[in-house]
Amino acid sequence: MGLALFNTFILLLLVVAALAALRIRDLITASVVFGVYSFLMCLLWAEMGAVDVAFTEATVGAGVSTVVMVATIFNLKRKSKD
Amino acid sequence: MKKIALIPVVAIGLLLLYAAQDFPEWGDPASPASSSPVSSHFISKTGVDTEVPNMVTAVLADYRGFDTMFETVVVFIAGLAVLAILKNSRRGRGTRKDHEVDAEPDLIVTNTVRLIVPVIQIFAFYVLAHGHVSPGGGFQGGVAMGASFILIALAWDLDVALVRFPLSRCVVVAGLGIVIYGGIGLISMFFGGEFLDYAELEKVLPVSREMARYYAMLGVEVGVGFTVTAIMFALYANLSTEGRLKGGL
Amino acid sequence: MFEEGAIFNELLLERLNYFIYVILLLIGLYAMISKNNLIKKLIGMSIFQTAIILFFVSLGVKEGATVPIYKAEHDPHGHAVSHDANDTEVDAGVVHSPQALKQGQVAQYANPLPHVLMLTAIVVGVATLGLALALTQRIFQGYGTVEEDELLVKLEREDARKSVSPLKAKVSTPKKTKTTKAKGSASHKKSVKPNPKASKTTSKRTSSPKKKS
Repeated sequence: MGLALFNTFILLLLVVAALAALRIRDLITASVVFGVYSFLMCLLWAEMGAVDVAFTEATVGAGVSTVVMVATIFNLKRKSKD
Repeated sequence: MKKIALIPVVAIGLLLLYAAQDFPEWGDPASPASSSPVSSHFISKTGVDTEVPNMVTAVLADYRGFDTMFETVVVFIAGLAVLAILKNSRRGRGTRKDHEVDAEPDLIVTNTVRLIVPVIQIFAFYVLAHGHVSPGGGFQGGVAMGASFILIALAWDLDVALVRFPLSRCVVVAGLGIVIYGGIGLISMFFGGEFLDYAELEKVLPVSREMARYYAMLGVEVGVGFTVTAIMFALYANLSTEGRLKGGL
Repeated sequence: MFEEGAIFNELLLERLNYFIYVILLLIGLYAMISKNNLIKKLIGMSIFQTAIILFFVSLGVKEGATVPIYKAEHDPHGHAVSHDANDTEVDAGVVHSPQALKQGQVAQYANPLPHVLMLTAIVVGVATLGLALALTQRIFQGYGTVEEDELLVKLEREDARKSVSPLKAKVSTPKKTKTTKAKGSASHKKSVKPNPKASKTTSKRTSSPKKKS
């Protein structure tokens, strides 16, 4: 029962993070919120017992993916119109 | 106009929800996925066949090693493609460089990074080598290693990191990873087995058939680690400087 | 119909996790279609990919099961541990006899197969993301914007310009391919420099970037 509640709570936070990453106009902030989304995914998988997948997502998703996105946005315009 | 796209999206959602009624309950041990014979075979026979405690690494590198080889090739090709796309690019119209500042490397940041980077690299080696027993393996260790080089590039300039790991060497190391992987497979084939049938390596190494698979898995993970390290760093170096390797974050 | 609706609701309350996975899929899909900025489209693509990976990994969850790494008693390299009279653990030496697990013991471990497949999917996802970001940078260098509506306007203007005078276009087609390649690398400074070979045909092109910016 406690684990199910935890699962649901993290999933709701996930939906909120996904919506926020898409609505924020400043692109670098959107990338950082996307990193938060990846970390919440990693937490969810660690709770489900998929530790290898959680490790990979923590390094790849919340590490390299976020850095590479910020590095790209640095060379583009930082504000988006929508 | 784009709001009309909401209609097919919601329709797809309702269709998926209608199909979700038939799913087994969450965590049901008798669901078809959990009780399938393939998974049961993997869980029960991994210890006997390969003597590797981590089932995910055993399935990834041994039972489904062909998959992993081509995944490494995909990562390699993606890195080469990024190199090819951004190689001869010129800087576009300068509308956005107002937020770029020429800053000196900061004292606190450089000294902290100088202490942390060796620890990160040792940890990356540990994750790679200990992937048989704990969560980890080639991909995770390789990405952590590549991230250590990115950290050097962020704390000092990109040139400092490129002195240690130039892009020509990146490509060579990435190719070397795939050659190691395919090479182990080919050696197994030369000794009479199938491609990537590691048990045949017992004719070269003085170990039993199961331990030959154990050690060949380690070699294969090292190959994967090489490729992933080189490509992650090359990806960052090219994307942050638009291919010119000067300036950047 | 109402009865069906009630059952529908109850099932969704039991399978709430799948419901939220579908919502994440829809968010990602709608972002890919409707967002203007290319970077937001890429974020939508990543959300879509990770939602699918989440769904797949959750197929391998077994209630009360542990991570798919052998426990101490099933460890193929492990020491057999037995308890003597004082209930302390006595090391019975290295027992090097791995055995196949029986059905009841198999149910203690989570299913490793979805984890393996999704490990590949995550790494391929980051490779795809890197490639897409490189393409976005090239687009920005060529057109100066990453907003989709502005891009469409610029592309339409280019198409209109290319088809405006068929006679002139025919004469200058071999040189035009050279200049379109140069334009692709966004080196407009080249066209301004005195270049005797291409000056005649690029004069029409040099007027256009000034109009654009």
